[in-house]
Amino acid sequence: MQSLHITAALPEIFLALSACAALLLSAFVAPEKNGAPALWLAVAALLATALLAALGFGGAAGPAFHGMFTDDRPARVMKVAVCVFSAAAFIYGRHYNAALGIFTGEYYVLGMLAVTGMMVMCSAGHLLTLYLGLELMSLCLYAMIAYYRDGALASEAAMKYFVLGALASGMLLYGMSLLYGLTGALELQAVAAALRGGEAGAAHALAVVFIVAAVAFKLGAAPFHMWLPDVYHGAPVSTTAFLAAAPKIAAFALLFRLLAGGLEQLFAMWQQMLLLLALLSVAAGNLIAIAQSNFKRMLAYSAISHMGFLLFGASAGGAAGYAAALFYVLIYALMSLGAFGMVLRLSNGARECERLEDLKGLGARAPWSAFLLLILMLSMSGIPPTAGFFAKLSVIEALVQAGLVWAAVAAVLLAVIGAFYYLRVIKLMYFDSPDHDAGGAAAVPGAAFGVKLLLSFNALIIVAMLPWINALIALCRQVMLHFAGQA
Amino acid sequence: MSGLLSALVWLPVLAGAAVLVAGAGRRDALARRLALGFSLAIFLLSIPLYTNFDAGTAEMQFTERRVWIEAFNIHYALGVDGIAVPLILLTTLLTVIVVIAGWKAVRERVAQYMAAFLIMEGLMIGVFAALDAVLFYLFWEAMLIPMFLIIGVWGGPNRIYAAVKFFLYTLLGSLLMLVALLYLYNESGGSFVIADHHALPLALLPQQLIFFAFFAAFAVKVPMFPVHTWLPDAHVEAPTGGSVILAAVMLKMGGYGFLRFSLPIAPDASRELAWLMIALSLVAVVYIALVALAQRDMKKLIAYSSISHMGFVTLGLFVFNAQAIEGAVVQMISHGFISGALFLCVGVLYDRMHSRELESYGGIAAPMPVFAAFMVLFAMANSGLPGTSGFVGEFLVILGAFQANAWVAAAAALTLIFGAAYTLWMVKRVVYGKVISDAVAALPDVDAREILFLSVLAGLVLLVGLWPAPLLEVMRASIENLLAHTAVSKLP
Repeated sequence: MQSLHITAALPEIFLALSACAALLLSAFVAPEKNGAPALWLAVAALLATALLAALGFGGAAGPAFHGMFTDDRPARVMKVAVCVFSAAAFIYGRHYNAALGIFTGEYYVLGMLAVTGMMVMCSAGHLLTLYLGLELMSLCLYAMIAYYRDGALASEAAMKYFVLGALASGMLLYGMSLLYGLTGALELQAVAAALRGGEAGAAHALAVVFIVAAVAFKLGAAPFHMWLPDVYHGAPVSTTAFLAAAPKIAAFALLFRLLAGGLEQLFAMWQQMLLLLALLSVAAGNLIAIAQSNFKRMLAYSAISHMGFLLFGASAGGAAGYAAALFYVLIYALMSLGAFGMVLRLSNGARECERLEDLKGLGARAPWSAFLLLILMLSMSGIPPTAGFFAKLSVIEALVQAGLVWAAVAAVLLAVIGAFYYLRVIKLMYFDSPDHDAGGAAAVPGAAFGVKLLLSFNALIIVAMLPWINALIALCRQVMLHFAGQA
Repeated sequence: MSGLLSALVWLPVLAGAAVLVAGAGRRDALARRLALGFSLAIFLLSIPLYTNFDAGTAEMQFTERRVWIEAFNIHYALGVDGIAVPLILLTTLLTVIVVIAGWKAVRERVAQYMAAFLIMEGLMIGVFAALDAVLFYLFWEAMLIPMFLIIGVWGGPNRIYAAVKFFLYTLLGSLLMLVALLYLYNESGGSFVIADHHALPLALLPQQLIFFAFFAAFAVKVPMFPVHTWLPDAHVEAPTGGSVILAAVMLKMGGYGFLRFSLPIAPDASRELAWLMIALSLVAVVYIALVALAQRDMKKLIAYSSISHMGFVTLGLFVFNAQAIEGAVVQMISHGFISGALFLCVGVLYDRMHSRELESYGGIAAPMPVFAAFMVLFAMANSGLPGTSGFVGEFLVILGAFQANAWVAAAAALTLIFGAAYTLWMVKRVVYGKVISDAVAALPDVDAREILFLSVLAGLVLLVGLWPAPLLEVMRASIENLLAHTAVSKLP
């Protein structure tokens, strides 16, 4: 614990340096020309970082930087996913950004720094490291949303996100300071050790309430979800695609590090809160999504309900629960990335694929795109044979195993409500004929072959991975084994 | 012969994909021929399932087993017993017939239509052959997707409402079943093998809850009163092929589910709650038959008749004797032939007149004598005339019910009257009487293609009616084993 062990943070250091390189590149290349090199630098750097994280150059998993940082196996899994999903989101957003006039180097610098923040969160071993990572990620995300200066909605979304995000950070800090007062420690392991054996009183409950509320805010769980639809809707779609995948994994890391790591002794306390949040999120997300006429807002409410499922998994506790939640968030990020990638694919600078009506008759206009979206929608609603089904299965299994059969029943009943609006997308694509008046019959914009290929891979893998899905489930189980027996 | 079941499950799915690719860009003729070729080949491939089946044992046969998802102990395990084999053959046969029936009627997106039926065939065979609960659930749910698309894309005017209702109704039931399966998984110490669940001792309360969870899934599929309301909508709006598969195969999955899951996993609860099941079955048999009497739309009439006939199946399952259960399974098969045939008959008329209203027809025996002969035969079978397959199933069920309770048997027997009433009245109005209009007078009779599929079904209806022994022998050992299993209490 006394060692610096700097190589444990090699992936983060590499990515931060790459971001600096991209920043220099943007400074020396004309703004209208620096988008493409910065994008490819970002993608290459992210993939290299993923490789570094996967190979685990830090040697054996363990703490580093005097306990501020931990390079353990859950962190590595989450980091690889964060990097790969972010790289894909950047590639999907290229043409869209170019059409909006925000295809510049700085955008990708911000993106890379946001990813660095997420990776720090994944590996945090200390309350302050966690906060640092969170703020690095959040500040970059605010800027990425506001980066589209000409968009009124984007500015509004950025402002809303910033104000509410600052509030959540305040709550988190308040909870952390209470925790520090109670335990005298900031290092997560020391916090856990200090809580062991002691009685949990009202002050502990207060600290847990603030921390859980902040985590719920970052995840976008009801009733702390108000910012999410506006941000998803207002932000440029390229940013939304980025926002909807990797930061969810980072938010799970926040939850996992704080609750499963530091506050493991107070499991009984936060389990109740998570269950309530989960129930509210799945209910509110699914019910309000039905009323949406905007595809992006529908996906935003669907995100809220998915975060509810993630919370259900986490509230089951134990290795099985955390593994289920991790598996869920990985699969969800993959699906969400694909769905917003599809929105990007169907939008061009002049006209966004925004309203649900824009999808009318897609099955006839663009059969392949419609088929990919069909897979994504079915997977999101958890209908087999898709990976989304196995994600829900593992969560429900964890709930039943933890004796929370009522929660499992509630989760599946609400999932049926959720199925309705996903089915409506399928209905619009396949059963309706295109609107001729609103320009809905317009041709699907062309896209680079690479984007099409990546997007197809993104959607098809959701079904194609099934024969080998055991590997991923087993991996999630294995990395969480360390946290077994805490529930 | 190991690998045969895998081939039967996955070949149709691959064939569907092949038809989809080959038929893209409106190569309709090619798509039709390919679909026919594939479905015939799959039907021929499924015949060894019957000929090589050892009817002397209740053991699962043609088994395959491989670990799939180790983390949850999920296996890719397939196998069939004497109850599943006839149902699989029914599926492969009817897919061929549906492909032929859709030859001319479907003009829009032909390749997708044929592909949807082929893919669904594979998934349905998967349901009948799965020995692992999660695998079963996977096929069970996945099957909804092609059917949803078939109703929604090729259906009638109100197709969207019907498709969504069909999907959500069945999804709700299925998800409750999933929770029950997960509960069983935990109770059995981490096994999804259905046979392990059969052997698992359970207290009465969990058994009852499990029973109701399964009931939610299977009763919706059968469908039993009062969760039958999706069926008339789905049938009326579905294209002919969709109606045929829905009535002939999908409804059977409900009955199959009761046999494979509810009865052996929760035998004590099944006996405790048999009164409820019998009561609901009798309501279906009698009340729904009266509802059928009042219909003006031919497809709706046959849909209600289906619910009424499926009431016999559930009745037979819950009076707990071999005759009744055998009768229930025979009824499942026979109803597959008869309801399929009746929907095809309506399809033949609809293709010509674009109306399903009873009022638009009258006296079609004059312009369409051959068709009228088929229709009368199937109507007689539907009302349970001796010598047709409809008689065998219903007679066995009533006989079995009589041993349990004479009043139940008497109430069930009422359907022989009601069934005859609505069916024969329909035949009278459509086939006989004066030719009602010039349009009817000008109707061309059935062509060779239509005669082909109608005569295949007619032959099977008569074969099972006159000589049911081959069918009964295949399933006997399995049913006796099931009864012996359910007779033993599982209470700890």
